[in-house]
Amino acid sequence: MLYTYLVSPFVEFEFMRRALVGAIALALAGSPLGVFLILRGMSLTGDAMAHAILPGAAVGYLVAGLALGPMTVGGLVAGLLVAIGSGVVARTTILREDASLAGFYLISLALGVTLVSLRGSNIDLIHVLFGSVLALDDATLILLASVASVTLAGLALCYRSLVVETVDAGFLASVSRSGGPTQIIFLGLVVLNLVGGFHALGTLLAVGVMMLPAAAARLWARDISAMLGLAAVQGMAASYVGLVISYHASVPSGPMIILIAGLFYLIALVFGSAGGLLSRLPPRRHLRA
Amino acid sequence: MRTAIRFDNVTLGYDRHPAVHHLNGVVERGALLAICGPNGAGKSTLLKGIIEALPPLGGSLAHPNVAAREIAYLPQAANIDKSFPINVFDLVAMGLWRSRGPFGGISKSDRAKIARAIAAVGLDGFEKRSIATLSGGQFQRMLFARLLLQDAALILLDEPFAAVDSKTTADLLRLVAAWHAEKRTVIAVLHDFDLVRAHFPETLLLARETIAWGPTCEVLAQENLLKARAMVEAFDRKAEACERAA
Repeated sequence: MLYTYLVSPFVEFEFMRRALVGAIALALAGSPLGVFLILRGMSLTGDAMAHAILPGAAVGYLVAGLALGPMTVGGLVAGLLVAIGSGVVARTTILREDASLAGFYLISLALGVTLVSLRGSNIDLIHVLFGSVLALDDATLILLASVASVTLAGLALCYRSLVVETVDAGFLASVSRSGGPTQIIFLGLVVLNLVGGFHALGTLLAVGVMMLPAAAARLWARDISAMLGLAAVQGMAASYVGLVISYHASVPSGPMIILIAGLFYLIALVFGSAGGLLSRLPPRRHLRA
Repeated sequence: MRTAIRFDNVTLGYDRHPAVHHLNGVVERGALLAICGPNGAGKSTLLKGIIEALPPLGGSLAHPNVAAREIAYLPQAANIDKSFPINVFDLVAMGLWRSRGPFGGISKSDRAKIARAIAAVGLDGFEKRSIATLSGGQFQRMLFARLLLQDAALILLDEPFAAVDSKTTADLLRLVAAWHAEKRTVIAVLHDFDLVRAHFPETLLLARETIAWGPTCEVLAQENLLKARAMVEAFDRKAEACERAA
């Protein structure tokens, strides 16, 4: 009975297995990036960057239709241009990074929607925005696995620099020149994951699997390494639970995965031991004789 | 090779507008130097110039025996994210960056070193505490433990005792004295003249330019202090160029 409910969908249908592998790869790589985005006060950057990659993907789509390679390369180029462009603007003008990023991503998004509508139907646009986790082919799975591998290896390599840069950027600048390159590598990995994510979950939901488990983990963990592990576990669990429910209830898989991640987040908001609502209630009695 | 820092007609400032004018002089190795002066006198600017975070607008500044990134620098109100989920031990361990870099492992002897530094600032028992739970004084002690680990020949402190109580100040001053005894060069920006007179043999009184530089008892004479205050108050913010070119 339990087997029928929890396991057999994946045994019976290849597309479910593919969806599970793809979503887990995405969660594994995306959630630690989300952790650093949150700790760096850049929670909305993922969202902005997800919009920013759209025109690049659209140009790829205009050139080659719904093909993996051109859309991926286009998305990467557009995302990196916006990331580096807004960083340069922030350093050279009076605008701060959030303002310059907002400017760039809005231009980028409008451009992207215009480009998509030049050729495609609404169905194509929905694929770009909301993905199709139940239709992952070999090439897409390999892309997702490669993105996850590159991301985890990259994070492992610049982990110490990234942590020090996030806690005390001034200190890192006083002992090393690695601060700037670290920031760029980090943003590059974020873009890479969003580009990988939009094939499976779409640009909007790819951000969800990045940020929601990370935000939930922040409410449970007092230590960054625990936070990283917890975020990855929650992201992967949400992928699995979301797929199972979407199979049995016949609802779209991508949004269901995000809804489950959102449920984990809401649970953490209330019960989280490191700053959730209940942990912040005043103690019952302050003094005891 | 007795020179720690040589200032040669150095002018430092922001947006092409000078904040420290035509500074000349030499800080000897092993010096324990206080930099005093009113707010806006250019004291912090001078420290930023020494660590090469701020290129000189004119003149030159050299520290022939130590690279810029080997200087230990404690900024005024260090811009640390106190809500970051990291414990005291890991934060202090950052002080090993120069020897361990971004990839080097933290060995058993490194761990012992970190523990000794934490004990030296009186924070033993706090290793596993999250930095968010520290008081202002404890936080400053932790930053001094990190400085200890940096093992630098040249140490710059920008108002290190600005927000800490007298007990903490006394404890941290003992560390400064120990650095001095180890022949390290220590430069501290300070406002408390009594503290400077008691603990710092040499003082630079700064008010956008050098008012006096030498033994503390001579530099902190009343006439110099009045002159320093007058200098800063008379400063014209709109001045394009330096009216007293050297």
